[in-house]
Amino acid sequence: MAATPRYAEVTVGQQLPELVLRVRRVDLVRYAGASGDFNPIHWNQRVAQQVGLPDVIAHGMLTMALAARALTDWVSDPGRVLDYGVRFTRPVPVPDDDSGAQLRVTGVVSELLEGGCVRVELTATCGEAKVLGAARATVRLG
Amino acid sequence: MPLDPSYVGHSYPPSRPFQVCREKIREFATAIGDDNPVYLDPQAARTLGHPDVLAPPTFLTVLSFLGDDTVISDPGLGLDYSRVVHGEQRFLSHRPLYAGDTVVGVTSIDGIRAAGGNDILSTRTEVSTVEGEPVATLFATLVARGTAAGA
Repeated sequence: MAATPRYAEVTVGQQLPELVLRVRRVDLVRYAGASGDFNPIHWNQRVAQQVGLPDVIAHGMLTMALAARALTDWVSDPGRVLDYGVRFTRPVPVPDDDSGAQLRVTGVVSELLEGGCVRVELTATCGEAKVLGAARATVRLG
Repeated sequence: MPLDPSYVGHSYPPSRPFQVCREKIREFATAIGDDNPVYLDPQAARTLGHPDVLAPPTFLTVLSFLGDDTVISDPGLGLDYSRVVHGEQRFLSHRPLYAGDTVVGVTSIDGIRAAGGNDILSTRTEVSTVEGEPVATLFATLVARGTAAGA
């Protein structure tokens, strides 16, 4: 496990390591089971298209969880994520193939806070679409 | 049907107690593709000073799907769940959630407003252990598309 970054050594504008993840249909089924969210728009193409979606879409909360990994990988200890919020701006359509959708997550330190904490702004994109807005977190560093 | 604005400030009874165990945390961590050892290995968690494996930051979303979500099923509030999309979500942690904790959530309505023909509902869920220790506050914004008055 990598060491937690030290507050004294972190500066505003510092980039977190970029994360590139794939979301396939099987991941949506697994997340539905683990979270208890069985909304059919996340696994049934017929229902998704009936309600005007282009395809089955990923759970917003799964996208939020995947983006959080940029934070937890950076600080090593997920217990250091004190506050994490997002706005769901665009759906993540997940095609019925073996490669699924690609999610790219970047993060930047936007503010140094008291108590050894920093604010991080996250960006999550699927293709050209920004799928999360106002995605920010407060994390406590070492 | 528009939402009943008199529900702002309304609080629902606590959820049933939810027992957090190592296997549920493992299942959730696997589902989000995260193999961080602090989710899976009690010894790795203890090395970081935690008493047991801890839950990922968004784990408490499971409380929304226990089948007793009164916000969704309350006929008085009038939320048409088939039209609802998740607008925003925030997890404010008061302390890490660990395997071995048993938690309850108390949800209240923070706000109801109409914008662009949609009803926008803000909720807050205070999650604490059954012993009364605060664990997290969850803020959610739900958007009911095309249900506002005059839409």
